Amino acid sequence: MTRTTIKKTYKLYIGGQFPRTESGRYYPLLDKKKNVIADICLASRKDFRNAVVAARSAFGGWSSRFAFNRSQILYRIAEMMEGRKAQFLEELLVQGSSKVNAEKEITLSIDRLVYYAGWCDKYQQISSSVNPVASSHFNFSVPEPTGVVAIVAPQNSSLIGIISVVAPVIAGGNVCIVLASEKFPLCAITFAEVLATSDLPGGVVNILTGKISELLTHMSSHMDVNALVYAGKDQKEITLAKENASLNVKRVFVYDDVWEKGTAQSPHFILDVQEIKTTWHPIENVGAAGAKY
Amino acid sequence: MNTKTTTEKKKPKLDFDSGWNYSPSPESTGHIRLEKRYDHFINGQFVKPAGGKYFPSINPATEKVIAEVAYGDERDIDKAVKAARNAYEKVWKKMPGAERGKYLYRIARIMQERARELAVIESMDGGKTIRESRDVDTPLAAAHFFYYAGWADKLEYAFPNRKISPVGVAGQIIPWNFPLLMAAWKIAPALACGNCVVLKPAETTPLTAMKLAEIIRDAGLPPGVVNIVNGDGKAGAALVNHKDVDKIAFTGSTDVGKIIQRAIAGTKKKATLELGGKAANIIFEDAAIDQAVEGIINGIFFNQGHVCCAGSRLFVQESVAEVVIRKLKDRMSTLIVGDPLDKNTDIGAINSKEQLGKINEYLKIGVDEGAEMWQSKCSIPSNGFFCRPTIFLNVSQSHRIVQEEIFGPVLAIQTFRTIDEVIEKANNTPFGLSAGVWTDKGSKIFNLTSKLRAGVVWANTYNKFDPTSPFGGYKESGFGREGGLHGLQPYLNLK
Repeated sequence: MTRTTIKKTYKLYIGGQFPRTESGRYYPLLDKKKNVIADICLASRKDFRNAVVAARSAFGGWSSRFAFNRSQILYRIAEMMEGRKAQFLEELLVQGSSKVNAEKEITLSIDRLVYYAGWCDKYQQISSSVNPVASSHFNFSVPEPTGVVAIVAPQNSSLIGIISVVAPVIAGGNVCIVLASEKFPLCAITFAEVLATSDLPGGVVNILTGKISELLTHMSSHMDVNALVYAGKDQKEITLAKENASLNVKRVFVYDDVWEKGTAQSPHFILDVQEIKTTWHPIENVGAAGAKY
Repeated sequence: MNTKTTTEKKKPKLDFDSGWNYSPSPESTGHIRLEKRYDHFINGQFVKPAGGKYFPSINPATEKVIAEVAYGDERDIDKAVKAARNAYEKVWKKMPGAERGKYLYRIARIMQERARELAVIESMDGGKTIRESRDVDTPLAAAHFFYYAGWADKLEYAFPNRKISPVGVAGQIIPWNFPLLMAAWKIAPALACGNCVVLKPAETTPLTAMKLAEIIRDAGLPPGVVNIVNGDGKAGAALVNHKDVDKIAFTGSTDVGKIIQRAIAGTKKKATLELGGKAANIIFEDAAIDQAVEGIINGIFFNQGHVCCAGSRLFVQESVAEVVIRKLKDRMSTLIVGDPLDKNTDIGAINSKEQLGKINEYLKIGVDEGAEMWQSKCSIPSNGFFCRPTIFLNVSQSHRIVQEEIFGPVLAIQTFRTIDEVIEKANNTPFGLSAGVWTDKGSKIFNLTSKLRAGVVWANTYNKFDPTSPFGGYKESGFGREGGLHGLQPYLNLK
C-alpha cells in the first residue's frame, strides 16, 4: 500500500510564530494543470498591523546587536538554506520552474545571503566619515538603520526575489514585514521556516502572503513604518505607495532589478535603508594651545 | 517640578539691567547697495515677472519696505526651467569638473569680498542679528561654495565602484530662516555635481538671494546655470510640478514637505526634504552646568529660535533642575532683544508678522494648557516684530508646545530621572532632526547619541554647522543629507 503523503499547511510568519491569517481567508494556489497545490493565507490589514507591532518591538534588540553577530546570523540562515535545498527545489518545480533554473536560483539565493552576511560589519566603514569641520570639534557621521521597513517582494520570483530585498534590509539592522509574491508564495513560507531555525530573533523578518492590491495601501500608510521597499514596475502601485508614504515622510525605494543576475547585489541596497547620523563634540583647541610638541 | 521662587534661596546675583546699559553700536547700512526693485534672475539676466506684479520685502525690525521683488508665477518658473535645461544640455554637463569648480571658487571669493554687505542685508531683510549674519550665515555660505568647489573634479572618489552622472535640472525651495546660507547650501553641491538649478527663495527674505544672483553674474557663470525666481508658495508649487525638473530639494515645514512628497509621487523626480524639528536638549547632573546653560541659550534662542534644529525641548535631570532653571532665568535676563543691526543685540526681530502671530498663538496655547510661562523682562522695541525669550515650566509630553514646532524663542522644560526615561521622552515625537546631550561622561554621551533617533546630535555643544558635516533628519524631519560627502549623493545618479 502506498503511503499517503502529508501536505504542508502554508501559514504566515509574524513575530517568530506561524499563525494562520486572522481573517480566516485564503486563496488557492494552482499548478499548470489547475490542480490545487496549497491554500495560501490571504493576509489582512490586521495581520499587517500585528506584524508591524512585532517588528517594532524587535527593532531595538536587532539594531543594537553587534554587527559581527548579525553577520553570523545571516550566515547561519545561509547554512540552514543549504540544508533545505531539496524542499526549495520541490517547491520551485511545483510552481513551474525547470530543474536547472530552480537549482541555479537556490544556490544563488544562498550565495546572496552569504554576500550580505559579509557586509554586516563592513558597510559602516565605507559610508562613515570623519568630517574636517572648521572649528574645535570632533565631528563624525555613521549610518544607522532606518527602522521598520515594509517590503513588497518581486512578484515574478519565488525565492531569489524575496532574499534579495530582505537580506540587505536586515543586514543593516532594520526589521521588516515582507509581502511575498502572490503568484509564487511557496518558497517564502519555507524561507520563514529557515529563519525560524536560524537564530534570527522573532519579529525581525515577518512574512505575509496575500494580495498587493489589498495590502499596499496599508503598508504605505502605516504611521509606524519608516520605509517602504517596492520591487516591481506597476506605475499605479508606485504612485499609490509614494502618495501614502507622504503621510509620515516614509522613505520609498523602487527596485526594478533582474534579481537572477549575479550582479543584483550591492552594499547600496543596505545603505538605502540607513540614516546618516552626525555627532559633534568639542575638542580642546590644539591650535590655540600651540604646536610645541 | 518645583520651581517656585519661594523655595529658592536668596542669592546675590549680577544685575545687568539697572546698573548700566550698553551704548547702541549699530552696524552702518551706508555702503550697501540695494535696488528699489528686484526682478527674477533667469538665463543670466534680471527679467521682469510675466505677470508684472511685485511684492514688498519688509524689514521686520522696522516694518519698513526695503525693496520690491518680482512676484513669480508658473510662466516665470517655466522660463527659468527652460533656461536651466538649455544651460545643462549645452554647457554645464559637458564642462569638465575642474572648470565647474573654478566658477564655484569664484563665487565663494566674491561672497567673502562682499561679506559685510551680505550680512547687513541679511539682517535687514530677515531680522536676524548682525552678530549672527556676520559671524555665522555669511562665512558659512561662502564656505559651502568653497567646499563643494573642490568636489567638482573628485566625484568619482565619493562613490567608489559606481558610475556617476548629474541629475539634470534641480528645483530648489528654501526657507526664510537662513536665506543666504540655504541658497549656498542648495546651489553649491548641485552645481559641483553638474546640475543646473532654479531656486525659489522665501517670499519674506528674497534680497540676499538677489545679491547672490549679482555675484553669480559677476562671477561669469554661464547663463542659465543658476536661475532665481521670486515669489510665494504658488511659484514653489509650479516648480515642484514642472515636468522638466528632475529633482526637488526643499527645506521648510513638515506640512509642506508632505505635500511635495505627495505631489511628485507619480513622477521620476528625486527629492530631498529638510523639514521641521522639535529637538531634545538633554542636561545631565554631571554636566558642566554653566556651559550647559549657555548651550540651552544657544540651542533655543539662536536666530530667534527660527531654526529647524533648535533645542526647543529641554530635559533637565531632576537633581539639577532647580539650579539649571535658576541660572537659565538669570542668563535669559541678560539677553538683549532689539535692533538686529546693533552689534550688542542677542535676539533680533521675528521674521514676519505672521510668524509673530503664530508664536503668540502658541504662548496662549501653552498657558491655556496649564503650563507655567516665564519671560525675561527685557524691553522690546515698540515697532517691528519682537518676542521676549520665553520658557515654559510644568509641561508634559502631551502638551502641544512640547509636540509641535513653534519656530520661535520658546523653550519647553521637562525633567527626568533616568537615562531610559529621557531617551523614551526625547524620541517621543514624529520629528528626528537633531538633539543635544550635556554630560561630563564620554560613555554616557555615546550611549545617548546612539539611541537618539535624530540626524544630528550635538554633545556638549549646540547649533554648530559646517560644509563638511552632513545634516538632515530621521522620521518626519525629512530625508536626504546636505553637506559633506553625503550631500553629493542627492545630486547624482548612481549606477
